[in-house]
Amino acid sequence: MANKSVLGLFVDENVVGDTLSSLRKSGYKDNELEVMTGSPYPEGTFGEAEPHHKLFRYPIFGAVIGFTVALIITVGTQLAYPLVTGGKPILSIPPMLVIFYEMTLLFSVIVTILGALFESRLPKIFMGAYDERIMTEGYIGLVVTVSESRIKKAEDTLKKFGAESTKRGWE
Amino acid sequence: MQEHTQLSDKEITDDLVSPIIRSPKWFWMTIGSLGLIMLLGLSGYVWELYSGLGVTNVQRPVYWGAYITNFVFWIGISHAGIMVSAILRLTQAEWRRPITRAAEVLTLFSLIAALSNILFHVGRPWRIYWITPLPPVIIGYDFARGIWPNIRSPFVWDPVAVGTYLLSTILFIYTCLLPDIALVRDKVKSKIPKIIYSVLALGFRGTPRQWKIQATTPILLSALVLPIFVSVHSIVSWDFAVSIAVEGWHSTIFAPYFIIGAIHSGVSAVACLMAGLLWLYKLDKYIKPDHFDAIGRLLVIVATIWLFTLFLEWIFALYPLEDPEIALRNMQVFQSPWNYLFILFLFTAYIIPVSAWLFKNIRRSAKWMFFTTILVNVGMWLERFLIIIPGLSRRTELSFNWGSYSPSLVEMGLVAFTFAFVICGILVFARIFPIIPPFDVKEGMRLRHVIKIGKRNISAVVRE
Repeated sequence: MANKSVLGLFVDENVVGDTLSSLRKSGYKDNELEVMTGSPYPEGTFGEAEPHHKLFRYPIFGAVIGFTVALIITVGTQLAYPLVTGGKPILSIPPMLVIFYEMTLLFSVIVTILGALFESRLPKIFMGAYDERIMTEGYIGLVVTVSESRIKKAEDTLKKFGAESTKRGWE
Repeated sequence: MQEHTQLSDKEITDDLVSPIIRSPKWFWMTIGSLGLIMLLGLSGYVWELYSGLGVTNVQRPVYWGAYITNFVFWIGISHAGIMVSAILRLTQAEWRRPITRAAEVLTLFSLIAALSNILFHVGRPWRIYWITPLPPVIIGYDFARGIWPNIRSPFVWDPVAVGTYLLSTILFIYTCLLPDIALVRDKVKSKIPKIIYSVLALGFRGTPRQWKIQATTPILLSALVLPIFVSVHSIVSWDFAVSIAVEGWHSTIFAPYFIIGAIHSGVSAVACLMAGLLWLYKLDKYIKPDHFDAIGRLLVIVATIWLFTLFLEWIFALYPLEDPEIALRNMQVFQSPWNYLFILFLFTAYIIPVSAWLFKNIRRSAKWMFFTTILVNVGMWLERFLIIIPGLSRRTELSFNWGSYSPSLVEMGLVAFTFAFVICGILVFARIFPIIPPFDVKEGMRLRHVIKIGKRNISAVVRE
């Protein structure tokens, strides 16, 4: 059975925190609960589960790829047509270092960006339960994603805690 | 930073997204005027393409003229944009919030302007792709010869470095822009813009995971972009410094000298841009005199370090007492028209602006900062001109090879094109995306509280 999600819109951070605790006590798991805000809040403001990521590893992967690409470009192209210019060696280390440096950093940046998208779980094609007021007006959204049989209870809990409005969607 | 206006999320959204929802009155008129300048410049370029480089005044012995001067100038401007943003992000300086985006965007458009100068300067721009190591299977007959770019040449290092910088800058800006694209997606009502913003926002919803990555990524990227920033202007300086044939260029101090010069002109350009945006978009709730004060103080230090490296460059050149070097410096300082330009350069790049920035009232005035920072950039353009042209037009032993240079109308038109392009690019960007990041400002508002110490209310920032 496909999962359904319900969004509750709140104004106050403390209310969101209380609602989240209550939902947890009612048996909802962390991976079924998600907070959405229009700007960053300090981590743990709502008592939400701390998101873990491995973003710091990506620049290193990128650097290794970039260095390898630079090695292929510099060594490969020069050996493919070994023409001596300016009396310099075919494989001259100082200019190769320039290319190594740039390529290493370039691929580090590219892979870091790809990593950031992956770790952010983006791109996300279907928005699920979402409301535009989260981004534009500073509302805090609390989404509960559960099976269809439990969605009504989740919605009632959100309303009970003072959600200004609720909205259903699907994941 | 004591000045503070507390605003709600909705107010911030309305203020910063309104130029996207509805164009300000002056917008299309300004874009039209800039477009006209660009069109005039481009018509000169079409003529240059048709007639060849003869329409420029670049000829023996001055093979590098206004285009290369302009290239170095815009590379310099591009530097401080991302540098200001990266350093402020790394140090988590609170006052960064309203200015990082504008600084990054300045970098983007000035880099494109710099690269366009290379296109203007080369004789056969349609073969510019020869600089890339594309295999014959992709490119076809051109590379069928099996010849590859010569990586021992600084002219190959240049596109590698500038290309790396441009691509990194675009990715950097896009990553930092994601939450604001999502905001605009949710704010606009028209169907087609909504679809475009939705695609660009990639489904960003503002979950804690996304915000955490959003906080970490710019810091990581800043750490990666700063070494690129240092390398790019070093490599641009090596275009000159590794040439043993021109005495005035062959100097080991050129890399740091160019970098600090780039920071000087670039930070000035950021201040100038901030003042311009403040005036155009009425952003006085976000860009405060404190911001200009902070940048003004930074500029005094940067400008003085730059003056010191300029002094060192002269000392290193003159200390060996070699005749060609002395003749070149003599020409720069005592022979017309270089002497007038040299005096103008010193006064505009250092003496007038730095003297002005010593006064707090001037540092805190957007209007004064606007004019003084423009002066700096006039001076820094002249600096590059005075490095390149007298360096090449010095009198060598072969008298048939003597000559001078002044830019032709086509060259002046294309220089004007780059300025119009950068201003136009920034304005169009600000029409499509928020030029001040609303999410960053909102976070700043949330973390800021007024605390009472004795009889004073002090604006304080809470940090994790």
